[in-house]
Amino acid sequence: MSEQGLQTATGEAAGDRIRARSVVRGLGSSAWLVAAIALLVLFLLGMGRRLGYGAVDYLQLLVDGLQIGAVYALVALGFVVVYRVTGVINFTQGAFVMLGPMLAITLLARPPGGSALRLVLAAVVAVLLTAVIGMTIHRLTLHLARKASALTRIIITVGVYISVQGIALIVWGPRPYVLPAFTTFGMTDRLVHVGGLLVQAQTFWIWGTAAFTLALLALFFERTVVGKAMRACAVNRVAAQLMGIRVDRMATLAFGLAAVLGAVGGIVLSPATRPTYDMGLELGLKGFVAAIMGGLVSFPGAVVGALVLGVLESLWAGITLSGFKDIFAFVMLIIFLLVRPQGFLAGKGEVGH
Amino acid sequence: MRGLSSDIRALVAAGALVLLLGGFEMVRPGGISLSHLSGGLVTIDLLIRAGIFTIILVGLNLLMGYAGQVSLGQAAFYGMGAFFSAILTVKASVLGIPAVVAKAWWWPWLVMGGAAVLVGGFSFVVGWVILRLREHYLAMATLGLGVIVYIVLRENLGMPQLNLTGGFDGIVGIPRLRVGALAMWPEARYYFLVWGLALLTIALGLNVVRSPVGRALRAIHGSEAAAESVGVVVPLLKAQIFALSAALASLAGSLYAHFQAAVVPDTFGFVPSLELVVMSAIGGMASIWGAPFGALAVLVLQEVLRTRVLGLVPVVSGEMEPVVFGALLVLIMMFWPSGLVSSYWGRMAARGGGDGPAAGGAPSQQGL
Repeated sequence: MSEQGLQTATGEAAGDRIRARSVVRGLGSSAWLVAAIALLVLFLLGMGRRLGYGAVDYLQLLVDGLQIGAVYALVALGFVVVYRVTGVINFTQGAFVMLGPMLAITLLARPPGGSALRLVLAAVVAVLLTAVIGMTIHRLTLHLARKASALTRIIITVGVYISVQGIALIVWGPRPYVLPAFTTFGMTDRLVHVGGLLVQAQTFWIWGTAAFTLALLALFFERTVVGKAMRACAVNRVAAQLMGIRVDRMATLAFGLAAVLGAVGGIVLSPATRPTYDMGLELGLKGFVAAIMGGLVSFPGAVVGALVLGVLESLWAGITLSGFKDIFAFVMLIIFLLVRPQGFLAGKGEVGH
Repeated sequence: MRGLSSDIRALVAAGALVLLLGGFEMVRPGGISLSHLSGGLVTIDLLIRAGIFTIILVGLNLLMGYAGQVSLGQAAFYGMGAFFSAILTVKASVLGIPAVVAKAWWWPWLVMGGAAVLVGGFSFVVGWVILRLREHYLAMATLGLGVIVYIVLRENLGMPQLNLTGGFDGIVGIPRLRVGALAMWPEARYYFLVWGLALLTIALGLNVVRSPVGRALRAIHGSEAAAESVGVVVPLLKAQIFALSAALASLAGSLYAHFQAAVVPDTFGFVPSLELVVMSAIGGMASIWGAPFGALAVLVLQEVLRTRVLGLVPVVSGEMEPVVFGALLVLIMMFWPSGLVSSYWGRMAARGGGDGPAAGGAPSQQGL
């Protein structure tokens, strides 16, 4: 890794990871993995036939999978941002996913009633608040413990997650909340019928927001000085520091960015589900699995991993016992960790640690 | 040699303390119980649970503190043991086990031992595979394993028609243990059983730590490549210690099942796994004697939070427990990675020139 890191540090392949073409190349180099996943899909499809599923049913599962997959993608990107800059798997990511919608709901509740504008305002303020919380958490915990081993720091983030979730339980209680849908496209029915498919209007918001956020993130890392500085920290901390980059400040910023991504993911998902104080655990873990599937350092990898995970999980949930839905992601986690910890997109990496 | 004798002295002292507390509770001189003396905080019930956790923590400390392999899914093995015992005693007829066998006094003991062996074997195989992973990858893999086991227990092992694990509601009516006609109940008797086994486990743990195996484990913690180069078969030893810790957790699970007489999957989920890590961290991961202290400290703290703090903070509608435990975990990992108890003990031992719990475990002193 370090050799590759040096190589990229010279600037030859800088930015490679961000660009989509590396996805194609990466997928080519992991052909057998793609083949294995294709086999799994065929198996699931075959199982589905026994249940009498037709093409429409499969498309429905696909749409559902892409919906949740887009949310996993946002969460996964948060893991990747923090891991690249600090070398830590930030378990607190799940807390950000929960804080986003919960804060938005609280902001909307007082005074009651609200226009679409207020919803947007509440969402934006909630995202910013979550970012501030994220950066504060980093300053108070990981920043102070930055000399500790990677594992100690991971356990610290787990502890922070548990605390935040505990505080959320005290503040919001165990009941599920409702965040109003962003828009129903002027329809009374919140479902859009496309052919035989049922698509929630919110699904389009999820996809749209995810795509928009991804574009902004790409621009941030490609075009802004701060974004480039953050990437430099990922490539080589010491060199970045020697170039005058405030590495610690970048780490805090990475936490803020991860919090934004998590909160946005949580907020866009919430009208389609019902947010609770403990929603972050599941979404955080699934987002982490997606990040692992993408290799943990790659932005496009995380997105591909998230969409693949979302779709496969949806297929799996469609044909097995509903209670077993959550097993799938963890089986994938262990398989990927063991067989292909570098994710789909093995090959050139700019991350040094 | 001096190390050995100091271990034996400590074990004898611990045994005497166990006997003293148990004897006191059995006799209750003047009608005063432990609960009275401690203002309701320390009860025989709490001591039994501390003993059960001690058994798990000895294994976990060997794995995490000595071998340096983290497990965020240890509650899975605890749950496997508990459900093994619960299913094979309560649902024996469903499985076609004749009543003569299932009702015999030795059957639960056989199940307990069998479960420990099976869970140990299972985790040996699993450990062989997943312990190739390092640091955070291993942490996540064990976490995933824990969640998978929890879901399988919750979802009736995927066979709802048999209803073996009872789903969310778990299993009730697990029989008490007995030896021949002698019942291991009331609680005071069960206390002696649990703590007898806990002390045996501690003795086993100390034995492992002081043996060449212990030195090999610490070598792995320091550097796997270096350990390999001096002839330690690293993958085998890691799998073995993982299996030992799982078998101990399974044993504790069986003891828990026969103690509570009821088990539910939620006792063995993700958060309980973390609670075990908190206990281990408080007692000191690289310390066998940290196990009972960590377990006791956490259980007493839980009791304080439940009975004292909740009354002081009126606005609190939920429970304070997760907040405090999360914060505690963070603070310990940040400031005392070698554990509250063992850093104190280590200083004492260093002053006395004796053999502290973490002595010789220099790399472990820096935490994980």
